[in-house]
Amino acid sequence: MIEIRFHGRGGQGAVKASDILAMAAFAEGKMVQAFPFFGVERRGAPVTAFTRISEDEIRIHCYIYEPDVLVILDPTLIGAVPLTDGLKPGGKIIINTTRPPADFTFPKADDPKVFTVDCSSIALKHRLGSKEAPIVNTAILGAVAKATNLVSINSIMEAVKEKIPVNKEENALAAKETYQKLQG
Amino acid sequence: MKKVLTGNFAAAYGATAAKVDVVSAYPITPQTTIVEILSEIVADGLLDADFIKVESEHSAMAACIGAQAVGARTFTATSAQGLALMHEMLHWAARGRLPIVMANVNRAMAPGWSIWADVTDSVAQRDTGWMQVYCENNQEVFDTILMSYKVGEYEDVLLPTLVNLDAFFLSHTSQVVDLYDEKTIDAFLPEYNPKIKLDVKDPRSFGALTSPEHYYEFSYKMQIAQENARSRIKEVSAEFEKRFGRKYDLIEAYRCEDAETVLVDYGTIAGTAKDAVDRMRDRGERVGALKIRYLRPFPVKEVCRILNSARQVGVIDRAISFGHEGPFFTEVKAAMYGSQIPIWGFLAGLGGRDVSIADIESVVTHMKQNEPSNIIWIGVKK
Repeated sequence: MIEIRFHGRGGQGAVKASDILAMAAFAEGKMVQAFPFFGVERRGAPVTAFTRISEDEIRIHCYIYEPDVLVILDPTLIGAVPLTDGLKPGGKIIINTTRPPADFTFPKADDPKVFTVDCSSIALKHRLGSKEAPIVNTAILGAVAKATNLVSINSIMEAVKEKIPVNKEENALAAKETYQKLQG
Repeated sequence: MKKVLTGNFAAAYGATAAKVDVVSAYPITPQTTIVEILSEIVADGLLDADFIKVESEHSAMAACIGAQAVGARTFTATSAQGLALMHEMLHWAARGRLPIVMANVNRAMAPGWSIWADVTDSVAQRDTGWMQVYCENNQEVFDTILMSYKVGEYEDVLLPTLVNLDAFFLSHTSQVVDLYDEKTIDAFLPEYNPKIKLDVKDPRSFGALTSPEHYYEFSYKMQIAQENARSRIKEVSAEFEKRFGRKYDLIEAYRCEDAETVLVDYGTIAGTAKDAVDRMRDRGERVGALKIRYLRPFPVKEVCRILNSARQVGVIDRAISFGHEGPFFTEVKAAMYGSQIPIWGFLAGLGGRDVSIADIESVVTHMKQNEPSNIIWIGVKK
């Protein structure tokens, strides 16, 4: 079973991202589970969401304490919340940022593999959200597909189109672009 | 057909698949999406049902009682304070022998104001005469709604069912759910046609003044109905397995055959406990888990059959009966009366506190190191 933990801020769509990733993996025949950290939703507040992907039935119903993958939708969360707690040795960290992977060190994590991509600019280019608050959840899923090989980019694009009610093509293309531009 | 659905969607689709005639409900977090989805399904003409809008949960249950009494199959859903507000009507539904099915998203009672998982809301309705089921996953929510109509509608049962699902851990968690196909479901659950109903062409009196001459016998018959339900649940579960390939019963024993320690649990904690049991088994510890599905009718015989071969038993409750102990712990202890097997009562996860694999392992560790006691608070900050 692979466990993925999403960290974002209210309004960025972390919860939806966890759901779309599950949907894409399900389309490829996997068993899945996706759920938010059940807090009170406020724009800008730290948000956590979870996805589990497995070959077998998923029975567990608690939070993810030892993730294989971290997806960070907002780099300002780094240092602000204990992001890497429990990350498995050699775990992957995917960050939405303009900076290269070498700029990031996570002293508490054991040999993490860091990947970066500028999802915010790509989202804006596809007119997703505003300059102040780009909606990066669909974009970053392309990067997740590339960094983890858990699902194909096609499954991500199909799941995006199924789950997002408006600007379906733009959202899917944003995911495709981060898939191509991921660094790490 | 398999889909990725939240528990609330599974509940709404369960009612839709049961082809209910009337839905009446009032929204409350975290149940809200059940009502939203059903109102859309009815408005879109995908379900030939009446959606009765009401101003409170008390009225929602009253509307279901009226509709069910004239022979309609009805559904409603609620949570916590909403269920508490229905309390009076719950007695009317059960004693009126109306097999209504209601989904209750288990949520903690306020104050402190909480929207998170806790079963105090449903346990507080224990003596209303409703059957009560606690679900582990979203598939079980969908399946249990279908089975509950079938069980409740037998002439020798005629009782309503409360189908419980944990707030957020099911209500807002997406999982794979098989929705089967319409034909198979229709063959399993035929139309509801009660012999006795409110009908101007066949006038009868319902809910009339009942003197001591008859009330005692009414109560006796309620109890007989609950006892009949035990065998009907087994029968319906067996038919369900034949048609849909999924096995249910009053309880579910997981790796209990040679277990020295058996953990008793219910709801989503039961799922996490299965993974915890596997981990402990990998370390050579002989641990099993017993999930209780039905609080009413309580499966006394089935629980004893499993626990009598254990050396020690620990019950994990997501609620407390203040001034006493965990409510399921009380039931299990009473069922085991006369047995010499030591039983511990644990509390965990009240008000939506996460219950991890480590928490469940700590229960077993505690039992190794301590004498039995009735109230052990897992992870409480004192």
